[in-house]
Amino acid sequence: MLIDLEKWQEILTTLKQHKLRTGLTAFGVFWGIFMLVILLGAGKGLENGATANFGEVSNVVFIWSAGRTQTAYGGLAQGRRITLKTEDVDRIKERVPEVEFAGGFNRLGGWGTEQYIIRGDNSGPFSVRGSHPNMAHLHSLEVTQGRFINPLDWEERRKIAIIGRGVQHVLFESWEDPIGQDINIHGVNFTVVGTFNSRSTGDNAADEEEAIYIPNRTLRHTFNQMGWIGNITLIPKPGVHAADVETKVRNLLHEHHRVHPSDRGVFGSWNMQDAYDRVQGLFTGIAVFSWVVAIGTILAGAIGVGNIMLIVVKERTREIGLRKALGATPASIVSMIVQESILITAVAGYCGLVAGVLLLEGLNALLVSAGVSGSIFAQPEIDFTTSMVAVGLLVLAGFLAALLPAVKAARVNPIVALQDE
Amino acid sequence: MIRLHNIHKYYGSGEQSLHVLKGIDLHIAEGELVSIMGSSGSGKSTLLNILGLLDSHDVGDYTLAGTPIVRLREKHAARLRNQFIGFVFQSFNLLPFKNAMENVALPLYYQGVGRRARNEAAKAYLDMVGLADRATHMPNELSGGQKQRVAIARALVTQPKVILADEPTGALDSTTTEEVMEIIKEVHGKGNTIVIVTHEHDIAAQTQRCITLKDGLIVPDTVLSSETAQVVG
Repeated sequence: MLIDLEKWQEILTTLKQHKLRTGLTAFGVFWGIFMLVILLGAGKGLENGATANFGEVSNVVFIWSAGRTQTAYGGLAQGRRITLKTEDVDRIKERVPEVEFAGGFNRLGGWGTEQYIIRGDNSGPFSVRGSHPNMAHLHSLEVTQGRFINPLDWEERRKIAIIGRGVQHVLFESWEDPIGQDINIHGVNFTVVGTFNSRSTGDNAADEEEAIYIPNRTLRHTFNQMGWIGNITLIPKPGVHAADVETKVRNLLHEHHRVHPSDRGVFGSWNMQDAYDRVQGLFTGIAVFSWVVAIGTILAGAIGVGNIMLIVVKERTREIGLRKALGATPASIVSMIVQESILITAVAGYCGLVAGVLLLEGLNALLVSAGVSGSIFAQPEIDFTTSMVAVGLLVLAGFLAALLPAVKAARVNPIVALQDE
Repeated sequence: MIRLHNIHKYYGSGEQSLHVLKGIDLHIAEGELVSIMGSSGSGKSTLLNILGLLDSHDVGDYTLAGTPIVRLREKHAARLRNQFIGFVFQSFNLLPFKNAMENVALPLYYQGVGRRARNEAAKAYLDMVGLADRATHMPNELSGGQKQRVAIARALVTQPKVILADEPTGALDSTTTEEVMEIIKEVHGKGNTIVIVTHEHDIAAQTQRCITLKDGLIVPDTVLSSETAQVVG
């Protein structure tokens, strides 16, 4: 330990003596790691921007009733319309064990329509959606005040509502507390128990906040939708791919409703995970590309270090020869050169890392303050593991870069080195 | 202290082989001050390199302070050099970016001596060569004679068995040569074994014994004037 400390002091003194050379060498490495951080951070920013639209649950499966049957099958004529019912949901829960959550969802007036909601003198068109207890995360919404639907609401078919920020702005004055107030949906009064913001940062965030959630059971009973459910939403168990669940559930529905297996148009379905995987694949590609470019840059930096170390050895031949004459072993010469190189690369690399992270943070702050965060570029960042890997790579690069010059140094012949011209 | 028997040294191999040392027999006792003379090409540098464990001999036996020197690995040679030998060079070879004290302390660094102990020892030896007040000066702030005195302090700091000086006054004017020779004689007076390689007769004349090399062989010893004996007295 004592000897190591002495060695570092020795190295520091030498580096201080050659400030310009040390500085230029260090800059090469600094630049390499700086570029790596910027590239990876920018890639991550694009990725964050793109995945923000997926919301919190990225493996949801939606199934809905689409068209009439095209072929006669199982003794039944063609042209039937299959309606999804709550029994279908129960059957899925029973027969497809890979499903974590299955629920039927309805909307007032059907998909994509808005209802005229009245509260006192204020009114506006909003979409009214059914939901299930404790499923706020499915809609990527954050309850800002009050609560989401709870099991008791569901059991007792309570007429309660959770309203989005956009709804609140229209129906309530800014100084009013909406909790406990009634709003009128199609002539029926619902008590507001909560308000929410959308967690998604994409373009549809504003639309998502112009919605009202009420218990699906209440919706079906109150607005006469007992005969059907609009769509079945499924969340697979952890580790199960959404596409598998989608296929299984489709097969089950085809079998139960006696629909020909190839009659694809009867049930519509969509799973988010396929799309998510595609986007993820794209960004894995970008990350790989960034690493390749960055490692190339680091390599160039390391070769620069190696080059300089070679010159250093050449320049210090006499010194190395003297050190050997005074009792330096070849190993101590090698470790002197290698540690010098590692010190330069590690310190310069660390500075590059810090500078890169600072730039990313600054960019992020700029994006947020400019209000463009969340479009296609959000939160450029680099995670801790990646930075540690980068630093590790650097130290390794510094080590490898110095190896050849160090061996050359160890071979210096003191007789030749100390010869007087 | 130094015992050479039938030392041969060749450079190159085969037809091109150069026979530099052709059978050197030499014994240098502990506490002797010896000079080695010879024209260039006589093999005196090669002999000094072999004595200093910087080069290896091809034939013969070399015993240094009771240790037989046979085909040393580089690491081992480095260690023996560090413990047994102090070098003084014609061009001083001080590291320009270290001050006088740090230069003197350098051999101790390779013995793993801690910084404080190293610097204490270095100061003591600088004091001995009369440069206690120059400890923190950089080499470029010192005169030639002062530089060589620092180098002598560096050679002494490990308390080596033998001090090998290669043309120690070759780069100095006559006044500073005097100065440096006084120091060398003083060091010798403390019981150190010193070997000086030189081509100046008046330097050789100040040593106890002059070994003259010619064409790789020793011309029979000449014991020199009693002047040195008086100084040693």
